[in-house]
Amino acid sequence: MNTIEKKIIEKMQAGMPISEKPYEEIAEALNISQTQLLRTLDGMKKSGLIRRIGLVPNHYAIGYTVNLMTVWDIKDSDIDQVGVSVGALDFVSHCYQRPRHLPDWPYNFFAMVHGKSEAEANDKMQQINLLIKDSCRQFTSLKSTKILKKTGLRI
Amino acid sequence: MHPDSVEKKISKQKSRSHLLQEPVNLNELEKQLINRLQGDLPLTERPFLQIADELGTTESEVILVLNRLLEEGVITRFGPLFDISKGSGCFSLCALKVPQTDIDRIASIVNEFPQVAHNYLRDNEWNMWFVLAAKCQDELTAIFEQIVELTGCPGINCPKEKEFFVGLNLPV
Repeated sequence: MNTIEKKIIEKMQAGMPISEKPYEEIAEALNISQTQLLRTLDGMKKSGLIRRIGLVPNHYAIGYTVNLMTVWDIKDSDIDQVGVSVGALDFVSHCYQRPRHLPDWPYNFFAMVHGKSEAEANDKMQQINLLIKDSCRQFTSLKSTKILKKTGLRI
Repeated sequence: MHPDSVEKKISKQKSRSHLLQEPVNLNELEKQLINRLQGDLPLTERPFLQIADELGTTESEVILVLNRLLEEGVITRFGPLFDISKGSGCFSLCALKVPQTDIDRIASIVNEFPQVAHNYLRDNEWNMWFVLAAKCQDELTAIFEQIVELTGCPGINCPKEKEFFVGLNLPV
């Protein structure tokens, strides 16, 4: 990451103006030309430093009131194959391999699913189960019951 | 133009309450904008004009509606989504086992840390799940240990070992 990319991240971390010429405003604030800003943003998208530029919906407000963090105890030898197949499902928004904490926490694979109802979200979890049941020892889901804190930073 | 107007506009996004947790009624244009802009905003001088043309409306209407959705908390952020893991910085998902009767007090201890990016209550004995963002691994571990000590609750630190897919697209 170069100096200008760092400055852009610092300036735009919390968001950008929604106005006629938003990039011009940001460029002025950074004391660079709009062309340079647009070129740098384009490079950051190509390198993956920026996933996309757009909005983040409050998923509760747009009707996705059920957010299930599904957690799975996957055989270590099968984890990559499981990750790729679950990641390909269009209703899974994130999926990660994470460390187990035995004996308290046996789950090493996390997949987030969103639904407009509990039934819909559970149905999605069952679809994942059908797909990976041969590699999975046990699984469960954790439903979010309250947002306690949410900042702009999205991981 | 006032020199700090960009900061002012952006800081509105920072300070807004994110606690709207009930579905709201959306009109057609609002739905179209939410669907379209979970994709990418063009890198052009007047990006909202292009969006307006695509959706058959006006630039001023698009700007007005998006600002209102942000103000109302229907959208929580507008701008680039950085994948910080590609840059510098360390992140982890952590959980605490918090007694049901002590949720509010523990949440305020945890949320006090600026390194806590989000925090969700979940229906499990491991009921408080939060993301830590720190400059380096050492800082992250130190903050996690400090949170466990200050709260007195059992904790697990679950940094991602491998990412398979990240992308959220919720059609409305």
